Amino acid sequence: MADSYNSPSEYIGHHLSNNELHLDFLGEGSFMTLHLDSFVMAVILGIFSMGLIWLVARRASAGVPTKTQAFVELVFGFIDDQVGNIFHGNRHSFVAPAALTVFVWVLMMNAMDFLPIDIMAKFYGMLGLYEWKAVPTSDVNTTFGLALGVWFLMIYFGIKVKGMGGWLHEIFCAPFGSSVWVWPANFLFNIIEYVSKPLSHSLRLFGNMYAGEVIFLLLGLWAATGVSGIIFGSILGAGWAIFHILIVVLQAYIFMMLTVVYLSMAHEGH
Amino acid sequence: MNLNFTMIAQAIAFAILIWFTVKFVWPPLLNAIEKRQKEIADGLAAAQEGKLSLEVAAKKNAETLNEVKQKGAEIVSQAEKRASEIVEQAKNVANEEGDRIIASAKSEIDQEVNRAKEELRGQISSLAIQGAEKILDKEIDKKVHADMLTKLAKDL
Repeated sequence: MADSYNSPSEYIGHHLSNNELHLDFLGEGSFMTLHLDSFVMAVILGIFSMGLIWLVARRASAGVPTKTQAFVELVFGFIDDQVGNIFHGNRHSFVAPAALTVFVWVLMMNAMDFLPIDIMAKFYGMLGLYEWKAVPTSDVNTTFGLALGVWFLMIYFGIKVKGMGGWLHEIFCAPFGSSVWVWPANFLFNIIEYVSKPLSHSLRLFGNMYAGEVIFLLLGLWAATGVSGIIFGSILGAGWAIFHILIVVLQAYIFMMLTVVYLSMAHEGH
Repeated sequence: MNLNFTMIAQAIAFAILIWFTVKFVWPPLLNAIEKRQKEIADGLAAAQEGKLSLEVAAKKNAETLNEVKQKGAEIVSQAEKRASEIVEQAKNVANEEGDRIIASAKSEIDQEVNRAKEELRGQISSLAIQGAEKILDKEIDKKVHADMLTKLAKDL
């Protein structure tokens, strides 16, 4: 509990700081830092979740499915339906599997928020990890990394579908028209769009997960103040955890849907 | 909360994960599900076809049954007709036979009667002669009176 900390801000600050690895071989500066906790947790969760699905998919039978396969197919059907509603093209070649990856991965990373933060901190401490933030999506680097990936895919598909000329034409001639006089306005609008998309995409997820973690920490602080704090902190903590189930799934869903929307917008003209 | 290399590392991990899903996870699942969908659709179509052919067979059955029933009824009515014909014929034959028997019996009876008459006539003539002999108390020459007696007998 928080009694080993000198002040509440130290407690919160400790729980919200990342385990940093300085990549000096890549160069100087604060940018050349890796949040080892976010990265390792994300990779472990990615390998675990997608690997599990892969194990099922590898021996998927067209006959009567096992319960595990039925569950995976449930997820598959959900994603396939959602993507099919938005994206009108051959979704099976890229967009739908990408959406499955995003949904499952983000869901798993968000779900790390359910782990009781102080007990897990003790556990990480036993492993010798004193600064270890288990929820990768409450690190803005993770969400921005994902949004950046989607952003590059957006540009890639925009150029691939419309051709370099068509894509540039769209940047200068949409949404106001192809007259030379509105080119600057069009260009400005498109730049704003291309900047705001990854920002809103990543910050929405990050904000939700970060805020969720902060509230868990505040409730943990309350629980450290005495008997009534323990009672109310536990009850409210349980309530917030239950409500958080909704947020975790909803944010993963929103992140996946926005990915699909952005990619399908890149496939279709303005 | 500062942007750093983590972002790039996560983006790379993301790219690899997407590639993995696109390449290895999605296609087998899609294959299995689409194959099953096709199998189910085929099964449903086959069931529909079976139902249809069953209906046709039932219709044909009913038709055949009807036909057989009709034929049976026909045969029965024919048999009845034939039976009544046979009975009629038998009746006729029996009648004829009866008539014939009656006729032959009649003719036999007639013959019997005639013969009895003849006999009676003979006996009467002899009785008459005996009577006459007794009356006359005298032998009568049969030869002389034969003609007369025959005539008498005929008159009886």
